[in-house]
Amino acid sequence: MARTLSGRPQSRVQPGRSLRSKPLRRVLVYLLLALFAAIFLYPVVIMFLAAFKTTPEIFSNPFGLPESWSLDGFREAWRRASFGLYLRNSILVTGLSVLLLLVCATPVAYALARYRFALKPLLFIFFLAGIMVPIRLGILPLYILMRDLGLLNNPLSLILTYAASGMPMSVFLLATFFRQLPSELEDAARIDGCTEGQIFRRVMLPLVRPGIATVVIVNIVPWWNDFFFPLLFIQDDRWKTVPLGMQMFFGQHLTNWSLVFGGMVLASLPLLIVYLLMSRQFIAGLTAGAVKG
Amino acid sequence: MRSWYRRHGHLIWFLLPGVLLYGIFMAYPLVSSLGYSLFEWNGFVRGSFSGLQNFITVLTQWPYNERFWSALFHNAQFFVVTFIIQTTLGLFLAVILARRLRGFAFFQAAFFLPYTLSMVVVGFLWLLLLNPRWGAVAQGLQFAGLGDLVQPWLGQRSTALITVILVNAWRWLGFPILVFIAAIQAIPREYREAAVVDGAGEWGIFRRITLPLLAPSIAMVTILTFIWDFNAFELVFVMQGPSGSPNYATDLLATFFYRTAFGDPTTGGEPGQVGIASAIAVLMLIIIGFASIFGVRYSQSSQVEY
Repeated sequence: MARTLSGRPQSRVQPGRSLRSKPLRRVLVYLLLALFAAIFLYPVVIMFLAAFKTTPEIFSNPFGLPESWSLDGFREAWRRASFGLYLRNSILVTGLSVLLLLVCATPVAYALARYRFALKPLLFIFFLAGIMVPIRLGILPLYILMRDLGLLNNPLSLILTYAASGMPMSVFLLATFFRQLPSELEDAARIDGCTEGQIFRRVMLPLVRPGIATVVIVNIVPWWNDFFFPLLFIQDDRWKTVPLGMQMFFGQHLTNWSLVFGGMVLASLPLLIVYLLMSRQFIAGLTAGAVKG
Repeated sequence: MRSWYRRHGHLIWFLLPGVLLYGIFMAYPLVSSLGYSLFEWNGFVRGSFSGLQNFITVLTQWPYNERFWSALFHNAQFFVVTFIIQTTLGLFLAVILARRLRGFAFFQAAFFLPYTLSMVVVGFLWLLLLNPRWGAVAQGLQFAGLGDLVQPWLGQRSTALITVILVNAWRWLGFPILVFIAAIQAIPREYREAAVVDGAGEWGIFRRITLPLLAPSIAMVTILTFIWDFNAFELVFVMQGPSGSPNYATDLLATFFYRTAFGDPTTGGEPGQVGIASAIAVLMLIIIGFASIFGVRYSQSSQVEY
């Protein structure tokens, strides 16, 4: 009744509007959202602020802004933890894993999506079987395999493991993208005299760029952050990745909070920057990965 | 043969690299885990065939049996608590956010941000925040006059596991929220509008429209949570050490497996029980396998096409 009088009778059928018409409820909803946003964000904010404080200041003033914004925590952490080296290794490992995965997964997805051949059902099951099984459960045979191949203490062990573990999900994700392409494209290219390989590379591959972006985003986060495989495969300090190197470093300097907070910020910053710059693509990619995978 | 190659040769080149990579570095290790568990091992050297002896050892022989059952129970708690949090709080936040209120993008990005942090950082961050003397949580409580509530959360048996589980939920929750939001937004508007016209309230709409249509997504996220929680390793390793201190109160299947296979530097336990460790891995594989088959079945049976 009141709504009709206010001159917005249509507001009843528009989703979201009912909330706007009840100010008290709206305030409550925002208070609740703000509370949870604080729970998720504030610990990260504390981490950033603490990285600029000295250790005694972290103890005496854990929540406020730092008095002098000292950069010593970062500087020390960067120098003492050989952070630059770990960063280089992490970039190398994640980058090459993505590259290897794409080189291996896109043609398989393409073949499964657009050709008919006798072994197809079998291959389909072969890849499907891996989609729900974490590769970690095969770590012992994998470890011995890497040892026998002489790849322990070699970043190649990580690259091969990550790329292999990304295969099942990426193949299925990319196959759904390839399946949506019209077959006229293929036929036209074939009439123009393209070989099958050229059709794939020149015609079809550029059209599944969104799928490739999804695959890259879905895999980059767990690989960049992975701690388990470096812990087992890499002992040599020269090849440690950021999570492993920082874990060792934090363990050694646990009483020097300024140093540890500085190191934590350094370790989180690369992915955090990527996330803040492209959070829309990140979120879209990860949900697509979860829903379709 | 020649004409076959001319017609299908390209397929070999399409398939070969992927099949080899996946076959050698994923399928082979997973399958041979099974084989490993059926042999005696001397360090990392394989001995004679021993049938199910490794499984019998894990399930019946002290201390393996005690560790195994306690770790399994901890993993189950890990999953149940996470599941409850994500399907109540997570779903609730998703339902609110899915209406695209002003600030939608900010809140969504905020809830998801911890997911981008590495477990090593999350573990050490909360280790410091939860420090009972200097940590921000203790100081905040003190400041609020609730100093009595301050406890060595990670150091005592009664609270250590639940604290680790909550820290994990803090990092993880953004993911189910994202998936739920996407699923809610995929529900056609007309359904909701029709219900509003029919006089349904917020709760009625949620209970009779949103929730049933979300069932497949909830099932999907639940499987992923289950798989993840039955593999959880990093957070306990980083915060509580490889033996899940205090006194195995936070020990999980994966940390138990790790100690059995690679040894525990803190207690100097006997390393390289490869056969027994493989048996643990196979048991984990069976648990996860059954749960995912069950979950995928349910998810598919409740699937809807709009």
